[in-house]
Amino acid sequence: MKDRYPRGASRRSILQQFGAAAVGISFAGGLSACSSPGERVVNFYNWDTYIGPTTLKDFQAAAGARVEMSLFSNNDELFARLRAGNPGFDVIVPSNEFVTRMSEANMLMPLDRAKIPNFANLLPEFQDAAFDPGRKYSMPYTWLVLGIGYRKEAMLNGETPNSWRYLFDSDQYAGRIALISESADLVRLCGKYMGLSINNIPDEALTQIEQMLIRQKPRIKKFHGDDGQDLLASGEVDIVLEYNGDIAQLMAAEGGEKFDFVVPQEGTLITSDCLCIPAGAPNPDDAHAFINYLLDAEAGEKITREIQYPTPNAAAAARMDAAYQSNRAIFPPADVMAKSEYGAFEGDARARMYEEIFTRISAA
Amino acid sequence: MEQSWRRAKAAFAAIALPPLTWLLLFFLIPLAVIWAYSFGENTGPVTIDLTGTFANYLRAIEPIYLEIFWKSILIAGLTTMLCLVIGFPVALAIAFASPRTKTWLLMLIMLPFWTNLLIRTFALVAVLRENGYVNFALEWLWNNASWAMTLAGFQPLGEFEPLKLLYNNAAVVVGLVYVHLPFMVLPLYSALDRMDRSLMEASLDLGAGHLRTILLVVVPLAAPGIASGVLITFIPALGAYLTPDLLGGTDSQMIANVIERQFKRANDWPFGAALSFLLMYLTFIAIAIQTTLQRRADRRGA
Repeated sequence: MKDRYPRGASRRSILQQFGAAAVGISFAGGLSACSSPGERVVNFYNWDTYIGPTTLKDFQAAAGARVEMSLFSNNDELFARLRAGNPGFDVIVPSNEFVTRMSEANMLMPLDRAKIPNFANLLPEFQDAAFDPGRKYSMPYTWLVLGIGYRKEAMLNGETPNSWRYLFDSDQYAGRIALISESADLVRLCGKYMGLSINNIPDEALTQIEQMLIRQKPRIKKFHGDDGQDLLASGEVDIVLEYNGDIAQLMAAEGGEKFDFVVPQEGTLITSDCLCIPAGAPNPDDAHAFINYLLDAEAGEKITREIQYPTPNAAAAARMDAAYQSNRAIFPPADVMAKSEYGAFEGDARARMYEEIFTRISAA
Repeated sequence: MEQSWRRAKAAFAAIALPPLTWLLLFFLIPLAVIWAYSFGENTGPVTIDLTGTFANYLRAIEPIYLEIFWKSILIAGLTTMLCLVIGFPVALAIAFASPRTKTWLLMLIMLPFWTNLLIRTFALVAVLRENGYVNFALEWLWNNASWAMTLAGFQPLGEFEPLKLLYNNAAVVVGLVYVHLPFMVLPLYSALDRMDRSLMEASLDLGAGHLRTILLVVVPLAAPGIASGVLITFIPALGAYLTPDLLGGTDSQMIANVIERQFKRANDWPFGAALSFLLMYLTFIAIAIQTTLQRRADRRGA
């Protein structure tokens, strides 16, 4: 088991740090330039550890096109890379908000549904999406939620920290808390804690949220760059704001039984990573074929076994074992999910406002 | 015999052209683009209109950002000071070592450069964290002391509490000093190595003690080395963002972290560009001060 879940190598963490070092990890330097003439290539821009071990080879065997995968560490990097024009990618994996942002900026190509028959494999609730009405530009690949990862033995009287209060508004675990440094996610989850919707948080509530986090700041050890599972594993903190898949990977690794994950009762922020074809993709035909292949039941099963994230693919989920399907860290209970929401793209001005709030909190 | 470059214009041009072209293409032009952005306005997620507005600069000198600038200057200043205090004796020792040892010592100073900054910083995390090597060593000492006390008939010491060495401003300064020390030691070494030793001998012969000789003779003679060491330590420390990001706590934000977030999460390139250029102007001021001091020192020397 433990080999399958290399600790720390999660969807977002490692590359993010490399990105931060401005090392500029890029396996896509020449993109399709290195292919021999006549060979068909799909340039796939994906998150780290976010694909099955044999998926790319299997696709080549099935469809005859080679997949060149390059990796990005967060949506901002993906967006920045495509901002000045598509450097040659055929398939990309932005999260829901960025699907909206990129489609508004005409950076995505409308999908041809006729070339994606495996669309029928998707759960009905994923066949349409508010962030992409009619699924015009995107196909769902995974979904994920933010929640609380914690060390069981450190919890007072063995309680489950099932409220955002423990992270945002309590000194119970003072000095043992780490929060994610994504400004929008932080502000929105504080809104959720205050009983508000994640979207359209009113201005006066934003002021309250800022004050609450400034009050909480001395009790927070670190605003982490999505490596909360590492801080938890190394004993630096006892309670972190993290994605379910990251904590599920930690729990599946050796010694993982010390940790658990809970989505607070107030509900949370749901994210969905989606397969899209960026405008100007050199090989849209094979890009469609590749997206269709990723939504296949067997291919989806292999991917899900590897990455341990919830899949929107009903046909793939049906092939998974009970341990996956009943994993509370991967699938939060239905009543909590009912209170959870997708974060909508609320425009750049809003994103800047959240960022400024975070700057003020950090400077306070 | 030394020859003025004017006498060999063609050769000079041939040598200077490639680096100048490189500088123009990959440094000045991109810099000019960013400079232009700093006078622009966002009109969409990917479009910037160069309207010549000063709004970005006005926002960049709001108190909140000036405070962050000031804090970055303080942290970089403290880093530079510590580097100087630690680096001066090191450079002195290297300069006075035997030629054979000198080579080895210099290599030890440069060795960290062979490793990526990110890897070095992660290594520091492993050293400083609660389950890290410093705390392991302290715990071992603590437990042995505790055992020795029970042997001597005293109450044993309590449970060892690991020190919180990581994720605070002190960790950022430690990290910055660690990274920037070679930048200080190398110019200091080259200044001290070139120094005329007979002046020190004269000072000692004429009755000054060792400390007095160092402070009144060696330090003034090494002043140009100190000045350039201070400058090339201070400037990168001022713009550090990986170190505060990885080693800092919730209170360790430096200006470069804010700039990075403007270019990425906030998608506000004009504002990020304005902040970057303010940082660059600060750098120019630091260089100007150094040049003035240098010129004054030269004039006094001449």
